[in-house]
Amino acid sequence: MSTLPLIFEKSTAGKRAITFPKADVPVTPVEELIPAELLRQKPAALPEVSEIEAIRHFTQLSRRNHGVDVDFYPLGSCTMKYNPRVNEAVARAPGIGFTHPLQPAETVQGNLKLLHTMEQWLCEVTGMDRMTFQPAAGAHGELTGVLLIKKYHESRGDSDRKKVIVPDSAHGTNPATAAMAGFEVVVVKSNPDGTVDLDALRQVVGPDTAGLMMTNPSTLGLFDPNAKQIADIVHEAGGLIYYDGANMNAIMGYARPGDMGFDVVHLNLHKTFSTPHGGGGPGSGPVGVKKILEPFLPVPTVEKVGEQFVWDWDRPQSIGKLHGFWGNFGVVARAYAYTLAYGPELKEVSEYAVLNANYVMAHLRKYYDLAADRYCMHECVLSAKSLKNEVGVKTLDIAKRLLDEGVHPPTIYFPLIVEEAIMIEPTETEDKATLDRFVDAMIRIYKEAKEDPERVKSSPHTTVVGRLDEALAARKPNLRYRAE
Amino acid sequence: MANVPAGLRYSKEHEWIKVEGNVGTIGITDFAQHQLGDVVFVELPPVGRVLKAHEQFGVVESVKTVSDLYTPVAGKVVAVNEALEGAPETVNTSAYEDGWIVKIELSNPGDLDALLDAAAYEAHIKED
Amino acid sequence: MRYIPITQADKAAMLRDIGVNSTEELFAANIPADVRLQRPLNLPAALTEMEILSHVRELTSSNANLQEYTCFLGGGAYDHYIPAAVDTFISRGEFLTAYTPYQPEISQGVLQVIYEYQSMVCELTGMDLSNASMYDGASAMAEAAGMVVAQTGRKKVVIASSVHPNYRRVVKTYMHGIGVEVIEAPLDHCELDLNKLSSLITDDVAGFLVQQPNFLGHVEQVRAIEQMVHARGGLFVVAVDPVSLGLLEAPGNYGADIVVAEGQALGNYISFGGPYLGMMATREKFSRRIPGRIVGATVDTRGQRAFVLTLQAREQHIRREKATSNICSNQALNALAATVYLTLVGKEGLREVAGLSLQKAHYAASQIAKLPGYSIACKSPFFKEFTVSCPKPADQINRELLGKKILGGIPSSVDYPHISNAMTLAVTEKRTRAEIDALVAALGEVK
Repeated sequence: MSTLPLIFEKSTAGKRAITFPKADVPVTPVEELIPAELLRQKPAALPEVSEIEAIRHFTQLSRRNHGVDVDFYPLGSCTMKYNPRVNEAVARAPGIGFTHPLQPAETVQGNLKLLHTMEQWLCEVTGMDRMTFQPAAGAHGELTGVLLIKKYHESRGDSDRKKVIVPDSAHGTNPATAAMAGFEVVVVKSNPDGTVDLDALRQVVGPDTAGLMMTNPSTLGLFDPNAKQIADIVHEAGGLIYYDGANMNAIMGYARPGDMGFDVVHLNLHKTFSTPHGGGGPGSGPVGVKKILEPFLPVPTVEKVGEQFVWDWDRPQSIGKLHGFWGNFGVVARAYAYTLAYGPELKEVSEYAVLNANYVMAHLRKYYDLAADRYCMHECVLSAKSLKNEVGVKTLDIAKRLLDEGVHPPTIYFPLIVEEAIMIEPTETEDKATLDRFVDAMIRIYKEAKEDPERVKSSPHTTVVGRLDEALAARKPNLRYRAE
Repeated sequence: MANVPAGLRYSKEHEWIKVEGNVGTIGITDFAQHQLGDVVFVELPPVGRVLKAHEQFGVVESVKTVSDLYTPVAGKVVAVNEALEGAPETVNTSAYEDGWIVKIELSNPGDLDALLDAAAYEAHIKED
Repeated sequence: MRYIPITQADKAAMLRDIGVNSTEELFAANIPADVRLQRPLNLPAALTEMEILSHVRELTSSNANLQEYTCFLGGGAYDHYIPAAVDTFISRGEFLTAYTPYQPEISQGVLQVIYEYQSMVCELTGMDLSNASMYDGASAMAEAAGMVVAQTGRKKVVIASSVHPNYRRVVKTYMHGIGVEVIEAPLDHCELDLNKLSSLITDDVAGFLVQQPNFLGHVEQVRAIEQMVHARGGLFVVAVDPVSLGLLEAPGNYGADIVVAEGQALGNYISFGGPYLGMMATREKFSRRIPGRIVGATVDTRGQRAFVLTLQAREQHIRREKATSNICSNQALNALAATVYLTLVGKEGLREVAGLSLQKAHYAASQIAKLPGYSIACKSPFFKEFTVSCPKPADQINRELLGKKILGGIPSSVDYPHISNAMTLAVTEKRTRAEIDALVAALGEVK
């Protein structure tokens, strides 16, 4: 019963869902309009189903999926907080959801004003001077930011700066981004708590340093107290520093990357500003910069001229464009609604995010190893190293057993510098009862691992499918349906 | 305990080489395949490519990780194990026999002297 | 406090369990005083849900929106009909509030949808495999450019200047990063100049990027171009309008190596330019070169068919600086919209949408061409967009159309100055004859 047929397997020739009105204009044979060699010989074999079959198919599929709306989702580094429904209503407002990107600016003044206002608000939250909304995701923001750094050095004729420094605790996107921007990646070792090793950093910076990318709080959920010194070390060497805002949910209203000396920063509106993750996207990764990088921002920027908002394309030093239009505006509009809901109280978002993470850590530290014995920020990193050594139950097994408890497991095996890592980010939108239920489940699994390790290793037991053969998937890729 | 057959030469990057005449057959060690886990893909170089010693010539992918392949010796690729395209798991099941990866015609047999023998390689992986 | 469900009593109990007196202690233990923000954030006071809605309504009420205005704008964002059921599924919390399906056992819904999406993209484009989607059409094209460079090892790409101007900008931005030269192939009025193109496609060109139909709406000689590119060992990248594939040949059947597309037209809100859907499909031989997430079918421990993210060794979280791209998200919710859309319209429906758009566009073109001072600027065949030469600057005409609640075409003066006083109009199946006639009448009345 557990295999759901593909929509293609439900297809029956001749079935229809949506139909369209008959042409109300004179119809010319297609062959007279388009040369035969450009016409399709065989229609695309899309499914042919009735509307109710389509509705049931996607409804049944949705029931096989976990979301924040279903239950707890403490996926570290992803900030799976509640996605307010009013944001969805805002995104569907006629003036937002139903405006064309190429309309004359005077017909979309509300949208330009929204972008202009949101730019000011996010500059206030991050301590930066200007912001672009073109990047469609965090990694896209990283690329934008690193290209800005590249252009900055180029504009000064400083062409020997070929290296970007990345701590070994960083998200994989950081080194991948630096490479996409044509830089050589220099990995610098972190301290065991994920903070940057200053001595190691001093050894790698130099006249070839273009910049440093870092996440603060680090991927271990700990704030790097040397942020300012790190900035000074890199700046003195002539490099710029990039702030990966993946963990911004920890510090809103408490500290700002701009004040720590960062030159460029990206935010993940789909994390910190509550926009839905959508099963993997869309996101939005606006990038904020200090004045020195403003000339290089992507075109066009939004400027206020008198009482009018205009697109400014006349930016000769710009890095160019990153998106076909203006970025994921619908996502920015949702984040705008979220910012309206909190205002200066965004500080409480971070306060409770940190409270919740420490509460979970306080209860689980008796059972699991700690990556670092310090109060954490918005997420805590545990390890199942001892459990693995004692009874052979790995982090993966614990994660799979959590599926039987109805919660999404934390992020596992990341950061790479922590063995058997379990990275828990509860977010501020969970109440104490939910956290208690999660803590109880984690303790129950710990005990079960000791008493009946096989039960944990063979989990999950209650999901619609069991563990998957990932090796088979990669060895014999089956990436699409093919009609027999 | 990883299998380290005597009679082969080993690199610190966990490749083995078996030399017959002036042709060396190269693969990854049992230790390496175990570390990688289920191998899902092996990227092979074109036959005829000339490699310097320690040059990267291919990639081994497992489900969760990926590892570059380096030739321990300089030379020309004279054969690749095309069977791995359909059955990459052979690297796991038969690291030293059917799971070989390339054959290289040695241009500098002296390269072999820098490699480890079985005992030295065993000591090396114990340190790792 | 709007979305924070912790009572003061709970907070006190939690602090006790942690062993601190206040949350301030937790922050003080982490953030040094010299970087602490010592003042409240300077943001407007918090609003309630009712206030948020009325604020946004007021802010955007002056926008000309497509529910009140008749839209003839295209250029990669189209006013096609979106069936009611699409919104049902992109609003379902199980899809909306999930993340990338890292835990396949509880993510079969999203995974199967993406597998179905990939299958549909392959059917439409005639290619072997598709990724799970990318940010948008422009960035998909830029990623394709990166792919042809990596595949061939050549450091130069050629792009048609009839490709969407913003896409060209994005390609150049990405290519600047990796030090690749981008050469624009010139036009002979509205389409590529094939003679000039053949001199640009040399043995050191990694690939050629074309859009079919092009930004001006007209078709390119893709079969001749394909031969030119492949003869020099380059790769052939084609950007398409997926709706056009209801009628036009699948690029897989004329030799494309990579097909990219802007998928907004497939059931996604027009939403002022995003979020949209970047589509990318390629040949099997490039399966380990394609960027982005990919879903594959496999079996579970119980022998059932099930779906999982696969070929992950290409990706940034494993290969880091050697990854095919830094992309880690996709536009899954937009891909879901496209999958539901393509399911609802089905095999026949997509042909109908394409056919109606084609007929209505040609009706509009023929009526406009009869107006004094107007003519169709380009002679080559077109699908649902076409470029019209006007008696006055297009901006001026558009301003007059606005008064009649019509959003006119895209002025071509900035990007194609050689076609003077022209605009590119898009006509979808949604435009009625009455709306088209109103446009024609309004154009005729332009003073």
